[in-house]
Amino acid sequence: MPAGVPAALAVPAAVAVAFLLLPLAGLLVRAPWRGLPRLLTEPAVRQALGLSLLAASSATGIALLIGVPLAWLLARVEFPGRAVLRGLVTLPLVLPPVVGGVALLLAFGRRGLIGKHFASVYTLPFTTAGVVVAETFVAMPFLIVAVEGALRSADHRYEEAAATLGASRWTTFRRVTLPLVGPSIGAGAILCWARALGEFGATVTFAGNFPGTTQTMPIAVYTALETDPEAAIALSLVLLAVSIIVLVGLRERWLRGALQ
Amino acid sequence: MTLSTMDADTSGLRAVAQVRRGAFTLDAEVTAARGEVVALLGPNGAGKSTMLRVLAGLLPVDTGEVVLDGAPLDDPARGVFVPAAARPVGLVFQDYLLFPHLSVRQNVEFAPRAQGASRAQARALADPLLARFGLTELAGRRPGTLSGGQAQRVALARTLAAAPRLLLLDEPLAALDASTRLAVRAELREHLSSYGGPALVVTHDPVEAMVLADRLVVVEAGRVVQDGAATEIARRPRTEYVARLMGLNLYRGTAGGGTVDLDGGGRLVVADAEAAGRVLVALRPAAVSLHTDQPRQASPRNAWAGTVSTVEPMGDRVRVTIAAVPPVRADVTPLAVAELGLRPGRPVWTAVKATELDVYPAG
Repeated sequence: MPAGVPAALAVPAAVAVAFLLLPLAGLLVRAPWRGLPRLLTEPAVRQALGLSLLAASSATGIALLIGVPLAWLLARVEFPGRAVLRGLVTLPLVLPPVVGGVALLLAFGRRGLIGKHFASVYTLPFTTAGVVVAETFVAMPFLIVAVEGALRSADHRYEEAAATLGASRWTTFRRVTLPLVGPSIGAGAILCWARALGEFGATVTFAGNFPGTTQTMPIAVYTALETDPEAAIALSLVLLAVSIIVLVGLRERWLRGALQ
Repeated sequence: MTLSTMDADTSGLRAVAQVRRGAFTLDAEVTAARGEVVALLGPNGAGKSTMLRVLAGLLPVDTGEVVLDGAPLDDPARGVFVPAAARPVGLVFQDYLLFPHLSVRQNVEFAPRAQGASRAQARALADPLLARFGLTELAGRRPGTLSGGQAQRVALARTLAAAPRLLLLDEPLAALDASTRLAVRAELREHLSSYGGPALVVTHDPVEAMVLADRLVVVEAGRVVQDGAATEIARRPRTEYVARLMGLNLYRGTAGGGTVDLDGGGRLVVADAEAAGRVLVALRPAAVSLHTDQPRQASPRNAWAGTVSTVEPMGDRVRVTIAAVPPVRADVTPLAVAELGLRPGRPVWTAVKATELDVYPAG
């Protein structure tokens, strides 16, 4: 312990470290290392893993397509109600995911506000597309917040310079704004992807728990915990590994660039 | 009206701008003829940069109008506002704002590309510019690796690549260190001379303004206080700020019968017996002589007593400010400082020949 750190701060800090790390240590200690290859190659597990990767990546793709333009709008265009809108779009960050799932059902469900008009053609809940919608709903605000923050702190005079050189707002966005905040968009996309990968509450509420179509990794972990605890631990290990990879990736490749 | 006089009337820039920003108001008129380089000179916060933003289309006027080569760019009374991207106006920013993710070449090609030129067209346009500004060797470099002088040349080349009909430069030498400033200033003067269209340079440095521009427009607190040739402004300043910039003493007063009664008290004998009414009196500090005792004079002279308030070396001379009625700045030799024992608080006599006082009408 470095000299000069008061015990009143050092002791609680040590408790916090233990509290955060002990459960992870428990996971590693109790992991069925020998059976791991067999557990992870089981069709059900591979199915859940594949579905999770597909859904999280799709959700991130959608979030990039519609979230980045929204972040630009919030950061660059003044319009009445902007502050309110900014608050509303980040609501899913603090909203309990289960509530998000219920809200999605009420909007896109068979008898939902929008869903009822399409009930005869297509229903979103309890499909893989539904998983993507639930994950996008919960995870996109992470991307929006990251990109909007980067846009607001970026020097907007570069955009003025582009304008004086005859560039339209669209050209300026493509050739100046996007490259300048690229690292932040990357960081936001990774955060968004990680959040989508771990999404449980909204997904299980809106899309249910059907192996192969809507049972993502977190849901599979929860389900396996009752029937096959060893499989649950193995799946948890995979999610832990993914989280660590994301963390390292963020540190090394994006966060530094985004902070510059 | 013949065609040629019509042309003379409408070509170039004419801007009358009123912009209110909280407590600050810009209310200024600036003109620049084709091929003329005009310096907008003024202290920080005078509204010079606001004027540039107005001309570039980054800020609309509240009232007034901006007309370039006869075409209105901003005229709220008629509902005209041409946005920055659609204006044939180039702006070189104070810190250049080169796009950091693009190479020197891509920066210079940015404007033609943004306006729809093909890759080959943009290249054909950029090549001669890169060559003219000595940037061919640096074409592949990123702006972050350039020196200040190089970055300034890229900024100018990038702006000229858009073929602007009005060129604006905001404190073009402010981002450079003192050692490169001189060389870049001379270089910039040449590029401005060969530009051909009207050019406006914003600066707070009078030497820079005089070297770069044909005409000076002095702005203070959002208003134009003086507009004219550099020599005229250097000789006959109209405000205390300009007088300080040009290193002159300036007095305001009422003339009559060969004397001027100064507003701040005191009376000066002047050589111009015709001068009458409200006048300004300019006096070079080097024309002031200092004495320990009241000087005895034969020729018409002014002499008044005061006390030294500051003594500071300026090159090979020493600038002495004297608290008196009227107050005066005098330039003397270091030898005189030693001989007269000049130091703050020391009583001195100030003497000025009537012929050294330049009297001209105020306002």
